[in-house]
Amino acid sequence: MPQIFNRTANIVSKASIAAVGLLAVVLGGVLWAVMMSPYYTNVNVTREQPVPFSHKHHAGELGIDCRYCHTSVEKSSFAGVPPTQTCMTCHSQIWTNATMLEPVRASYRSDKSISWTRVYALPDYVYFNHSIHVNKGVGCTSCHGEIAQMPLTYKANTLYMGWCLDCHRQPEKYLRPKSEVFNPNYVPPANQLELGAQLVKDYKIIPLQERQSCSTCHR
Amino acid sequence: MKGWVAGLLIAFSLLMLLNLVVVTLLVKGVGIWGINIPVGWGFAIVNFVWWIGIGHAGTLISAILLLLRQQWRTSINRFAEAMTLFAVACAGMFPLLHMGRPWLFFWLTPYPNSMYLWPQFRSPLVWDVFAVSTYLTVSLLFWYVGLIPDLATLRDKAVHPILQKTYGALALGWRGSAIHWTRYETASLLLAGLATPLVVSVHTVVSFDFSVGQVAGWHTTIFPPYFVAGAIYSGFAMVLTLAIPIRKYYGLEGYITMRHLNNMAKVMLATGLIVAYGYVFEFFMAFYSGNQYDRFAIINRLHGPYAPFYYALWVCNIFIPQLLWSKKIRENTFILFIISIIVNLGMWLERFVIVVISLHRDFLPSSWRMYYPTRWDWATYLGTLGLFFTLLYLFLRVLPAISMSEMRVLVVETDPKRKH
Repeated sequence: MPQIFNRTANIVSKASIAAVGLLAVVLGGVLWAVMMSPYYTNVNVTREQPVPFSHKHHAGELGIDCRYCHTSVEKSSFAGVPPTQTCMTCHSQIWTNATMLEPVRASYRSDKSISWTRVYALPDYVYFNHSIHVNKGVGCTSCHGEIAQMPLTYKANTLYMGWCLDCHRQPEKYLRPKSEVFNPNYVPPANQLELGAQLVKDYKIIPLQERQSCSTCHR
Repeated sequence: MKGWVAGLLIAFSLLMLLNLVVVTLLVKGVGIWGINIPVGWGFAIVNFVWWIGIGHAGTLISAILLLLRQQWRTSINRFAEAMTLFAVACAGMFPLLHMGRPWLFFWLTPYPNSMYLWPQFRSPLVWDVFAVSTYLTVSLLFWYVGLIPDLATLRDKAVHPILQKTYGALALGWRGSAIHWTRYETASLLLAGLATPLVVSVHTVVSFDFSVGQVAGWHTTIFPPYFVAGAIYSGFAMVLTLAIPIRKYYGLEGYITMRHLNNMAKVMLATGLIVAYGYVFEFFMAFYSGNQYDRFAIINRLHGPYAPFYYALWVCNIFIPQLLWSKKIRENTFILFIISIIVNLGMWLERFVIVVISLHRDFLPSSWRMYYPTRWDWATYLGTLGLFFTLLYLFLRVLPAISMSEMRVLVVETDPKRKH
């Protein structure tokens, strides 16, 4: 009886054993890379907005406090997107004829809100509250990145659960004094871990078990 | 051949029904089933436990009986192993579909993920994932390794080049040399050793799904042994249900002899008695513990709205199989076939009693609610039967249902004229 397979079949069959393992590793790596890429997370991707609002200009160069526009951030779960009236407190006086600001004036005249494109969106099954974070020493820039350097706003972090848990498990890595929470140019000191540990005590941060319990965020 | 086509056609149409159910389920969600709160585990879990139990006979026959050198296993092990695989495939569908979002099933496995989370290792449901996937892997390997010499025979007999290549690739270059045989024997024994603990462990872990919870009627220490016995009981019942028609239809009476049927009936009788002991002990513990919830669970089985199922369970699983004490009945293939089907039904009822009766009246009377399976529940169940029988029919056609190589050895070894 003639041979069914030729000699190379020996090599192919042995190589296929290694190939299966290799394929699994490569596939895992590719999936991870896609998951972590801006293509999937939208990190560092600027969104088109009806008005090209620059945080760099307003919060950085002019030094307007975050809370001037995001008024409810200390009291509510939602930081608050400012109404057109807030824009007009200044822009009824300066840049009154700028074409760039026409949508703002149109909104003011017609009493219809500007529909901004959301940059940071959490899934509905996550309960997130801005006020508790801000009042316990989590700075704006800890999550929102170097907002004072952003001409157009983009997402600075993945908002993956692992990202949340990183801080919930070790808040001392990120906490800052309450007086610095709204400072967009804050630089953590060299002894951050020491300071952070002290702040965890001073601000009476809830224990680890509660910080990473499922129902803390998934209520 | 005509019978085979007709059988496959029926099984395949049921498989298409499963297809329909799965698609509907993915589109609409688990709400198409009759589950509710408090009966969150309906048919899906009943059928899961039933199927996974059926698989156990295959492992027992192939592993433990091989280690014990029970020669009579030879002619039934191949299709019993195949039955195990197909039953596990059916069983595996249910927890996946029951999750609601089956496409996220991999969350049950520990792997580096963007959530920085491990699965809850304290949950028996996670142990279940490991138990069942190990079971599937080892059973598949066992079955395949056993098939290699037979696949080589098929390769040598095949005429068509595509068949030659397919069987040839699957036979992994088997030439039947002495070295091949020694390695084959070692591999078989090693796999048998690996598979042996699985006979006990898989259904033990499945029983933990229940007994680790605190629902009255679940929370008992007798569950692991009584589940394992029940699994082997239902497994042998299913082997008989399949073996009796197969041997008749294919004229295999010379291979699957009366002795096989007789032995399997005896195993069924023995494991059935262990199961009966479990039932009686549930009664005893409800009385002896003095726990009002345990007592209520038993009274509810006897007098609750699902009482007929409980009585039917006793009739199917305990009373009727006592007929097997008689040798005449064990050797009457028709009655044996009927009894095996009754035991299959009984073991299904057992899981129904455990899952539904325990859940529908839990600790809070305000949350008591009845469970009624919908037509989708039945369609899912029938669909997996379709999957099982489709695979079985295909197996009977393309692979040897009785191990040729082992039969050859057996024929030589048991030949009275053989000279030593």
